[in-house]
Amino acid sequence: MRILLIAEHNGTHLRTASRCALGFANQLAVQTDGSVTCLLLGSGLDEVAADAARFADVLVADDEALRSPVADRYARVIADVAGAGAFDLVTAAATTFAKDIVARAGGLLGGAMASDVIAHEWRDDRLLLQRPMYAGAVNATVVLHGPVQIVTVRPSAYEEAAVKNRPGSIEKIEVDAAALPNHIQFEGLASKETGRPDVTEARVVVSGGRAIKNSEDFERLIGTLADRLGAATGSSRALVDAGITPNEFQVGQTGKIVAPELYMALGISGAVQHLAGMKNSQVIVAINSDPDAPIFEVADYGLVGDVYELIPELIEKLDGD
Amino acid sequence: MKILVPTKRVPDTDQRIRVAADGLSIDTSMLPFVVNPFDAIALEEAVRISEESSQPVEVVAVGVGGDEYEEQLRTALAMGAERALLVETDRPVDPWNVARLLVKVVERESPNLIIMGKQAVDDDANQAGQFLAALLDWPQATFASKVELVEGGLRVDRETDAGIETVRVSLPAVVTTDLRLNEPRYASLPSIMRAKKKTIERLSCEELGLTIEPRIEIVAMEGTSSDRQCERVDSVDELIDRLRNVAEVI
Repeated sequence: MRILLIAEHNGTHLRTASRCALGFANQLAVQTDGSVTCLLLGSGLDEVAADAARFADVLVADDEALRSPVADRYARVIADVAGAGAFDLVTAAATTFAKDIVARAGGLLGGAMASDVIAHEWRDDRLLLQRPMYAGAVNATVVLHGPVQIVTVRPSAYEEAAVKNRPGSIEKIEVDAAALPNHIQFEGLASKETGRPDVTEARVVVSGGRAIKNSEDFERLIGTLADRLGAATGSSRALVDAGITPNEFQVGQTGKIVAPELYMALGISGAVQHLAGMKNSQVIVAINSDPDAPIFEVADYGLVGDVYELIPELIEKLDGD
Repeated sequence: MKILVPTKRVPDTDQRIRVAADGLSIDTSMLPFVVNPFDAIALEEAVRISEESSQPVEVVAVGVGGDEYEEQLRTALAMGAERALLVETDRPVDPWNVARLLVKVVERESPNLIIMGKQAVDDDANQAGQFLAALLDWPQATFASKVELVEGGLRVDRETDAGIETVRVSLPAVVTTDLRLNEPRYASLPSIMRAKKKTIERLSCEELGLTIEPRIEIVAMEGTSSDRQCERVDSVDELIDRLRNVAEVI
């Protein structure tokens, strides 16, 4: 299959999630005797193009009109590149970027799309894609029927692609800015800089739930422990709804899906929606005052007690070493 | 102004989901169904816009499915939708075909705004709104946590992985809702009684001039379960010991 990877970047480097999607693309290219091309969109992309070329051949759509990731323009460029038989499959990491933009491109490319794929198999000339449904209660295996297959993959399900021995080519593509749609104006992005790793990329994630009563306590307990472990902070939906943590902290079915080496669920009861976002973590620790909390059903180690007493003790004992 | 609110009927989220005997679908025999929670948020937002507007605003709820869908459309009417439309299909329809059917509804209804859930909590696809916006060539503002009517369109706060992004879109537009947009109301008893008397308009795929073209074929489905054994530890010291010396993760 000729595979087009829509890569996300920070202006200088590919994002880790995209390198994981590239891991999927590389596997599939080997299985199908195909190829992988990486498409970068944005403005001022020379540095990131050089980074991407370490992994694959690169197409660059570099134009002032693409400075901000607006769905209508980005989707049009992607569909123009991928359409007309140029590629068999378009893939990206299942992030909010792809959910917004690559899904719209999918609509322009005939709608054969599978979201959040966690495994795949090439069998009898068919691509079988496994994806969770019903908040992860079931895994469905699906086959797509359409002119182009669109696949977003869960980054934690695939290993990051390795650097190739020989760098790929870099080719600029023409962007006709005047022909692009212009109905969405980007006004700004308000992000809360925590100075901690991104929750989807961290080796360790420390998450707080309903037992945490306010933002100060979250920072003092969850934040301090996370810093001690070099971890990212996350939270259950309850804390986001209560305004205690920002939305980008939410781990769960409708938030971020994570699978770190260690996930610490502190004062989180374990609603199905939360479990969908973290149950594939390698090691799970749960601390909760309720011995019957469902979080213990997915945990490897459980400790029953009050997080307000146990987290400070944990921090102190880790510091003491 | 007219606001179209497409909705989906999904199993209540606190139910245990089991795979049916065919190994291709879930067992729905014992499941209570509800309006997809994100679509309830979309309905609430549309009703609030109509309540707060000085101009008349008509809110039209749409469902795609069979007779069983009436119950959820009556819920939509009880929450404040003026009219409800059922596009009749006798089998599950994937996001691509939902979007195609909705394009036909849009051609008949000419709404200025479509508000719908960012994803349905059954298939978790997160596609239909984006497909619809693409097919209509309308702007989209997905994962909305705040929607304001402004000169020439909407200003929308969007929940993204990086934080809250603000965009301006012209109308007509498609908005998909995130959790923090609002808290849907419970319908009052009088509004439930009124909703019972309303007619639900029905449209068939033939009337809409559309043949379903499946894009996603489910070839297998299996339940997932945790096979972890939780070791209960009695102290912080024990926990640190396990993480350090057994799991070796800290």
